[in-house]
Amino acid sequence: MNKPPDTPLPRRRFLECMAWAGAGTLFLMKGGVLQAKSLDALGGGATLRDATFSFVQISDSHIGFHKDPNPDVVASLQQALAKINALERAPDFILHTGDLTHLSKPEEFDTLAELMKGAHAKTLFVPGEHDVIGDNGQEFFRRFGNGTNPWYSYDFGGAHFVGLVNVLDLQAGGLGRLGQAQLDWLKADLAPLSASTPIVLFAHMPLWNLYPQWGWGTDDSAQAMALLKRFGSVTVLNGHIHQIQQKVEGNVTFHTARSTAYPQPAPGVGPGPGPLKDLAGSPLASYLGIRSVRHVKGRHALALTDQSLG
Amino acid sequence: MNYRRLFAFYLLALLVVPTAAGAADSAVVIHGFNFDPARLTISAGSKVTWTNRDDEPHLVVSAGGQFPASPALDTDDSYATVFVKPGTYVYFCSIHPHMVGTIIVK
Repeated sequence: MNKPPDTPLPRRRFLECMAWAGAGTLFLMKGGVLQAKSLDALGGGATLRDATFSFVQISDSHIGFHKDPNPDVVASLQQALAKINALERAPDFILHTGDLTHLSKPEEFDTLAELMKGAHAKTLFVPGEHDVIGDNGQEFFRRFGNGTNPWYSYDFGGAHFVGLVNVLDLQAGGLGRLGQAQLDWLKADLAPLSASTPIVLFAHMPLWNLYPQWGWGTDDSAQAMALLKRFGSVTVLNGHIHQIQQKVEGNVTFHTARSTAYPQPAPGVGPGPGPLKDLAGSPLASYLGIRSVRHVKGRHALALTDQSLG
Repeated sequence: MNYRRLFAFYLLALLVVPTAAGAADSAVVIHGFNFDPARLTISAGSKVTWTNRDDEPHLVVSAGGQFPASPALDTDDSYATVFVKPGTYVYFCSIHPHMVGTIIVK
């Protein structure tokens, strides 16, 4: 049984758009309002140069996947890392929002860890459902964990980052799940912060019910979002669906990222999710990508730039 | 005593008993993020085999821990288990939990 989509909030601002391919899109979030600009229309790097810090999001590298449309997911991740290493300014860190591997195999984790050594920045991880198969994430957390809990937070450049885990102890008929223990932790973690602190939340599965029919959502995400209502700027970064989707709801901006491995169909298009094989003549690389985020001090704004690998 | 003959007889008995009970094997195909058929009625002692025809891996996990969970089934991998006791067995894919199926054993 799927849960119905989140009940609409009063006076919520709502914006949905999709980007599939092309040079990429720059997203500017200012006070909860999302502005999207084509990378080509930027006209120089002034917006990027005045950033106080930046980070890159990558997602869904699915090491171990070896079929159409991408028989070489190692090469496409390497290509993504090369793009990151070639950025005009090295990011302060990289966020990998899960599905590092395809089947949670030790050799897949080995390959991923080895590849990430080639990045010119430290990487922080949250697991996807593909990373916790068979052992409830034990191997993932042994290798990539950040402390005693599966979830963690840290402060950087005046912003507060929270890595959440919504792929453990999933229930029959449900979606992604945070669980009460994690929600209690989140409440305590956010409690001392002033409402003007920019918050960046990241987790694998979408923290909004994007398309529950395909399992694209998190059952108890509304409880987490309720804890974030008092903050002026909240950015939520997810993976899982292998395409860019965005939504603005009040002061919360939700983003899903492309995969470095293979695209999936748009919500509800075709019989179900899974690797999109028919790319309609477009090169695979135009569907894959990385996201860099730059924080501009004093404006509480995050600029998101999506860059395709093609 | 001829242990070898006794052992052969024992093996034969193992092979014959399930057939004698009238049980038949059934198949569930996993495709398009669905279990097909999603609801399957079988007689006690029958074996059910799941085969994954998706490009995504899937698992077969009993919602109440009533039968052993499958490993991750990659494309074309199969998993089988025998249902001995009558009852209703709800199962799901633990990595795509919206995928739910039911086996009814009579």
